[in-house]
Amino acid sequence: MLKLYNTEVQSRLLLGTARYPSPAIMEEAIRQSGTEIVTVSLRRETARGGGGGMFFEIIRNLSVHVLPNTAGCHSVKEAVLTAQMARDLFNTNWIKLEVIGNHDTLAPDVFQLVEAARILSSEGFEVFPYTTEDLIAAERLLDVGCKVLMPWAAPIGSARGPVNPAALKSVRAYFPGTPLIVDAGLGRPSHATQVMEFGFDAVLLNTAVASAADPVLMANAFASAIEAGRNAYPAGMLEPRDIAVPSTPVIGQAVFS
Amino acid sequence: MRILIRGAGVAGLTAAYALTRRGFPVEVVEKSAAVGLGASHYAGGMLAPWCEGETADEQVVKAGKRSIGWWDEALPSLVIRKGTLVVAQGRDANELNRFASRTSHFEGLDEAGIAALEPALEGRFRRGLFFAEEAHVDPRAAISGLYKRLRAMGVRFHFGEADPAEAGFDRIVDCTGKAAISDGSGLRGARGEMLYLRTTEISLSRPVRLLHPRLPLYVVPQSGNRFMVGATMIESENDGAISARSLMELLNAAYALHPAFGEAEVIETGAGIRPTYANNIPRITEVGQYLTVNGMYRHGFLMAPHLAEDLVSHLLNTCFLKGTAP
Repeated sequence: MLKLYNTEVQSRLLLGTARYPSPAIMEEAIRQSGTEIVTVSLRRETARGGGGGMFFEIIRNLSVHVLPNTAGCHSVKEAVLTAQMARDLFNTNWIKLEVIGNHDTLAPDVFQLVEAARILSSEGFEVFPYTTEDLIAAERLLDVGCKVLMPWAAPIGSARGPVNPAALKSVRAYFPGTPLIVDAGLGRPSHATQVMEFGFDAVLLNTAVASAADPVLMANAFASAIEAGRNAYPAGMLEPRDIAVPSTPVIGQAVFS
Repeated sequence: MRILIRGAGVAGLTAAYALTRRGFPVEVVEKSAAVGLGASHYAGGMLAPWCEGETADEQVVKAGKRSIGWWDEALPSLVIRKGTLVVAQGRDANELNRFASRTSHFEGLDEAGIAALEPALEGRFRRGLFFAEEAHVDPRAAISGLYKRLRAMGVRFHFGEADPAEAGFDRIVDCTGKAAISDGSGLRGARGEMLYLRTTEISLSRPVRLLHPRLPLYVVPQSGNRFMVGATMIESENDGAISARSLMELLNAAYALHPAFGEAEVIETGAGIRPTYANNIPRITEVGQYLTVNGMYRHGFLMAPHLAEDLVSHLLNTCFLKGTAP
């Protein structure tokens, strides 16, 4: 069971809703993988009051928790405004907060992120900040009221997998009680297993599933990978050794020459 | 069997043409003042089933293959069979590999191969894919061409408010596209934005697709030194003018394809709503004497002929079972 603010979910896979070949395939991927939380981008779809129309209707009818996001926002003001629109449209206090600082890498601007998180938390939002693996930025985000952190594994859509495993592990070690969701940069299921083995609580994916040749099958593959990593973490993994260790004792065995 | 078709976009006109040719008496009613002013107006006119196979369902690829011959037969000399060229910038080489792994019926090209096909692109791209069997049309010429042929075949058109009484018809076929989007229709709108550039500084013989992880783009050369540049895909039913961001992104991508586009005139921008079902595959539905042909998504010119012929087969079967004439 994973508790995010006051909501409990079983599934540790969160899915984005962009870039699927069709909404029907998206819906099947969400359903088959047991996903309970989906994110939806508000910025462009709501251009001049279009409201997203039937597409948002499809999202609302999925009967999963909707985590609206502020994808593509580059300033505090933009992000706060988008979050407020999202609250009205989806009737939720949840917001996945993205404030992008660099167009090429889509790296979070952690300074503006903290400020936007402060404003939104004070307005009663439950903020899921998309951040880097920086420990001080993480601390500041918790200071201003965030109760969940979403560090990146690699730049959005890059499919590189965790580029800085040591840093991700220290985020886990420094914030043992905070739900940590790896957001962005995963390309294949083994990446998800890896971060779950580090002790992360969940994984958020979009491109890796939506742009796969078979998104439904890939969503299932990720769900299994996440479960494997999740079970491995508390099960206690062996650390690498420098010598071979036989699994059965050799002393006393008959010797054949 | 007298048939009333509602909507004179690519779906309505292809249906009218296919039905008229098989002997059905057809009339067409269109709410606006002219034909082809809905989503068809913003189409690229690419007949590119294999390229579309990158994301489209296998059904679309299969049905789309037939449409090249269909257009050729309906409007001789309109179809340009020069194939499609797909390129990517050096750092996006993986996009080309990904595209190739999802599609078929292409040959890989090196720099010299690209230059041989499109001399204007010489030295700009090191690798490309060539889909030789694909084609394209000028979508607006195709619409007006079909309209003229239908008029010549004696089909009656009613424009604007004029609406012939449904009582006089045995079947009413709704081809109104976006206008049919409503709760319960299963349809939604996918916004698309495009623009036309005009320049004499570059010429292309065939549609060129530039792959990019964020902003895939196509450029379709048309007569009069015009280039249709498209198209965004946004889950929205807002049909307001093109946004500054989309305009910037499309122009940026066109400029990346060739700097000559930086000097081109922007002669038109547009935004339209593509009607589509949840699986993004068009379909025919029937309730009593009412039929609907809709959900063309981004494949209007590619899929409409197939739907039109399916409609004809269905109605011919109906006539056969009833023992009546078309």
